[in-house]
Amino acid sequence: METMEKFIDNLSSMDLMRSEKMSLVQLIIPVESAHRAVSYLGELGLLQFRDLNAEKSPFQRTFVNQVKRCGELSRKLRFFKVQIIKAGLLSPIHPVVEPDVELEELEIQLSEHEHELIEMNSNSEKLRQTYNELLEFKIVLLKTGSFLVSGNNHAVAEERELSENVHSNRNYDEASSLIEQEMRTTDQSGLRFISGIICKSKALRFERMLFRATRGNMLFNQAPAGEEIMDPLSAEKVEKTVFVVFFSGEQARTKILKICEAFGAHCYPVPDDFSKQRQITREVSSRLSELEVTLDSGIRHQNKALTSIGYHLTQWMNMVGREKAVYDTLNMLNFDVTKKCLVGEGWCPIFAKAKIQEALHRATVDTNSQVGIIFHVMDALESPPTYFRTNHFTNAYQEIVDAYGVARYQEANPAVYTVITFPFLFAVMFGDWGHGICLLLGALILIARESRISTQACVQTYHKLGSFMQMLFGGRYVLLLMSLFSIYCGLIYNEFFSVPFHIFGGSAYKCRDATCSDAHSSGLIKFRDPYPFGVDPSWRGSRSELPFLNSLKMKMSILLGVAQMNLGIILSYFNARFFHNSLDIRYQFVPQMIFLNSLFGYLSLLIIIKWCTGSQADLYHVMIYMFLSPTDDLGDNELFWGQRPLQIVLLVLALVAVPWMLFPKPFILKKLHSEGRNYGMLMPSEFDPDAEPGPARERQEEFNFSEVFVHQMIHSIEFVLGAVSNTASYLRLWALSLAHSELSTVFYEKVLLLAWGYDNIVIRLVGLAVFAFATAFILLMMETLSAFLHALRLHWVEFQNKFYHGDGYKFKPFSFALIMDDDD
Amino acid sequence: MYGFEAMTFNIHGGYLEAIVRGHRAGLLTAADYNNLCQCETLDDIKMHLSATEYGPYLQNEPSPLHTTTIVEKCTLKLVDEYKHMLCQATEPLSTFLEYITYGHMIDNVVLIVTGTLHERDVQELLEKCHPLGMFDSIATLAVAQNMRELYRLVLVDTPLAPYFSECITSEDLDDMNIEIMRNTLYKAYLEDFYKFCQKLGGATAEIMSDLLSFEADRRAVNITINSIGTELTRDDRRKLYSNFGLLYPYGHEELAVCEDIDQVRSAMEKYPPYQSIFSKLSYGESQMLDKAFYEEEVKRLCLAFEQQFHYGVFFSYMRLREQEIRNLMWISECVAQNQKSRVHDSVVFIF
Repeated sequence: METMEKFIDNLSSMDLMRSEKMSLVQLIIPVESAHRAVSYLGELGLLQFRDLNAEKSPFQRTFVNQVKRCGELSRKLRFFKVQIIKAGLLSPIHPVVEPDVELEELEIQLSEHEHELIEMNSNSEKLRQTYNELLEFKIVLLKTGSFLVSGNNHAVAEERELSENVHSNRNYDEASSLIEQEMRTTDQSGLRFISGIICKSKALRFERMLFRATRGNMLFNQAPAGEEIMDPLSAEKVEKTVFVVFFSGEQARTKILKICEAFGAHCYPVPDDFSKQRQITREVSSRLSELEVTLDSGIRHQNKALTSIGYHLTQWMNMVGREKAVYDTLNMLNFDVTKKCLVGEGWCPIFAKAKIQEALHRATVDTNSQVGIIFHVMDALESPPTYFRTNHFTNAYQEIVDAYGVARYQEANPAVYTVITFPFLFAVMFGDWGHGICLLLGALILIARESRISTQACVQTYHKLGSFMQMLFGGRYVLLLMSLFSIYCGLIYNEFFSVPFHIFGGSAYKCRDATCSDAHSSGLIKFRDPYPFGVDPSWRGSRSELPFLNSLKMKMSILLGVAQMNLGIILSYFNARFFHNSLDIRYQFVPQMIFLNSLFGYLSLLIIIKWCTGSQADLYHVMIYMFLSPTDDLGDNELFWGQRPLQIVLLVLALVAVPWMLFPKPFILKKLHSEGRNYGMLMPSEFDPDAEPGPARERQEEFNFSEVFVHQMIHSIEFVLGAVSNTASYLRLWALSLAHSELSTVFYEKVLLLAWGYDNIVIRLVGLAVFAFATAFILLMMETLSAFLHALRLHWVEFQNKFYHGDGYKFKPFSFALIMDDDD
Repeated sequence: MYGFEAMTFNIHGGYLEAIVRGHRAGLLTAADYNNLCQCETLDDIKMHLSATEYGPYLQNEPSPLHTTTIVEKCTLKLVDEYKHMLCQATEPLSTFLEYITYGHMIDNVVLIVTGTLHERDVQELLEKCHPLGMFDSIATLAVAQNMRELYRLVLVDTPLAPYFSECITSEDLDDMNIEIMRNTLYKAYLEDFYKFCQKLGGATAEIMSDLLSFEADRRAVNITINSIGTELTRDDRRKLYSNFGLLYPYGHEELAVCEDIDQVRSAMEKYPPYQSIFSKLSYGESQMLDKAFYEEEVKRLCLAFEQQFHYGVFFSYMRLREQEIRNLMWISECVAQNQKSRVHDSVVFIF
């Protein structure tokens, strides 16, 4: 026992097993070097500041003006960005070459740029407006000309009339001649017209409104403008319709003009005279071409300005984002009494202390401050944050664990084991080396593109991946291990897209005679040593294939499950040892170990013995009658000598373990508490908060026996019931693996082989396509997902509930890199 | 199916109810208002709001802010949310949601008509319209000369058309006429909405009848107080009251003959729910009445969220947001005009 403890103590500590040791530190920074110090700390990114002004609202804090200025700057930068995107200038991201400019300088620069841009915009908007007006005028002239002139040689084909005396079934010739008639009367009776242009979407309602307002006493002609006109406000192309309204009377005119105004229709006067029309058209055209040149040069100028802004834009945005972060952090600090120093508190990992001190020293030197920055460790009552140093590979696994709950400070981290057990349990359910190779290819592609995708230059493409791809990319190393393990398990199951192969030599079985006629009725005979690795390919298609594989996988699942649960309980031992909680070891770990292993550990033992000896014993029977009638003779089911007394001993042990884990702990806690209170009166500062942060705080609180007891009762009951239900839960490994292999068999036999049976290339191709799709979407995507989820569940529930509290909180250092990531 | 709506409500309404409850969680709290009331400039208000759900709507506004910008952007957020919900809604929820906007539509019609009567620019008027009450041909309202034309030209296409049946006259429009038209329309609208909610049945009918009755009663009181001393006859006044609500019909009889505020008070104090409102006011005072009514309304609207599986939450949410925007407008105005002592006069805390 002692040698074992010594051995455990001498184990070298694993990085990922316990979260980093943290300490609460206090910084006292002279005002003049505060900004620089905080920005150096931000670059370092290893200190989490505590908000000391939580009760103050944002605008009551010290550096609120600077924060506001940064907000204003970033608004300007966003404005530039929008402008650049609007102008269609995709500026390549340049490497930052210039040194950082000062914030004040930047402020001046930016406001100059903004002023310039706004002016340019308003100018070009004005020009654009004039241009639009002229363009519209020109279109109106052209189109209305065709209405007015409409004569024998000019039939307006697309025209639709809205006039009481025109029915829709009349043909176009008649219709146009009718207009002619009207036209003639126009000249005589002083009918007048208004012509203009309106958005196509509004045209129908406009027409209806005109009809109502004039009680039908008007004629409405319209024609599509043909050209799309840019809306100066939204910079979108709008389709427009040219219209001409004929009417009579002054009152109708004012009404129609009002309606035009209400609908945003632009009216342009068109002279009756044909030659005059031509003249105006010419004038308008020439002015249009002039304007076009001006507009073009304006746009060129603007684009030049935007490109020069775009060159610096990313750098400026980074800088402003950093400045804002620095001031936000400074706002979390307090002024000391003299108002000359800022006081900050925060958490940092112990290994980072030297680096932080170095950064602070650098800040002092760089600002030529007379006074150095004071950095010292404080005592903390609350539990420190949890910080694991992960790398590319372990990060995804840590995320899987964190999704359940962040580890309590310094608690054993299940991620260490998850790295292997998670992909392995996945593979047990997804065992097929064909599918595994497909997954492996996918994972390798993602990993090969890793450097390209994650570098700064391709941030854009990374975001284009979409959430699903992003998730896959984040879990690429999980995917890699999952695929490797499923190739391994697939080789054991001997399945390649559900087809067995003779990779490791020939089968151990052969037919009874040369014809093989009774292979399915009376079976094969074994004629040499067992197949060296995995399942013998001859099982495939035999009558006893399913019973054989089921019994294999079921037993394997139980073995894996019991092993993993034992690991969980052992980790609870290490936790208790780490936190010097001998109570938990004696009254929780030991009875739990005994209970689980005397029932299911024994079952595992039986399974292994059965496998090794090839016995025919019925394990169900053994397990059930171990409870029902432990004293009965086992008969045929006896696997080894002394099994019956062993069973009785184990049963008694299991029964003893239940009250063992239920009763002693709460009573001992109560006794300790009443003693502790006596001590507490004498020595109030007795306990050391760093050693046991969680329990230490609890002990300060009122001890409530019934609560503790109920808590313990719940835990014990959960464990006892859980031992049974969790073991049963591991059978999902078998169930999913069965489902996977059956499903792939169905697709292979009923789709691919069936189609291949026909001697028709089309049917074969269709069969191949269906098989490929089914494999890709159902087996590779959905089955992967479901196996993933079940593996997740097995880890979160069955494994982690044995030892993992998961009620810590994450270490969130103040770091520019993290802030920039969030912004992107 | 009365009493069993909970079984099937979530099929169509569950998603949107979740959405609206999520939106409700974004309403400003008393702590937010306390902070806002301490603001010194409009920039401070913007800064505080940037931490709330209004943040994205205000972040791109250049720095010298105006009260109108704040209100405009806040309303824009409400409109965006409303449009999103309307897009997702199926019958009868979509009709219910549309009903909520008719009140704004009536206000907009009245605004434009009054504006054109006083020869204001149409574009300028359109900018002042509430965006929830916009309809396609609203600008054309300026063309109309009298009620009949108003109806025949424009409103016949809008959902307001049926409400017009009572007020079609060929009289020329004047201020008095328009005000009567507004109240007649509102009366018809409230009655229609009430009927619609009753038809929906279940918890919706129960909760909405309470909320709409309160609305109708409040309008009745306001009409009475505003018409004291005008040439509106008692019968005409009586006609403007909605035909439902707690005051209907006996309270209306009493309100119709009131000649001053104290008579209104004595009429209203017979109704226990309104007694508490009037007991807060001193005699002869009517300025604080609005705030008292708003406070009572907010209380009732908040209660609507206590029950599940009904449409009242949508109505309540829209109303609460509108109240919030009114609050923000008042706070911003007070801050802009350096009248911080009056900030608390008109702000109604929601939570």
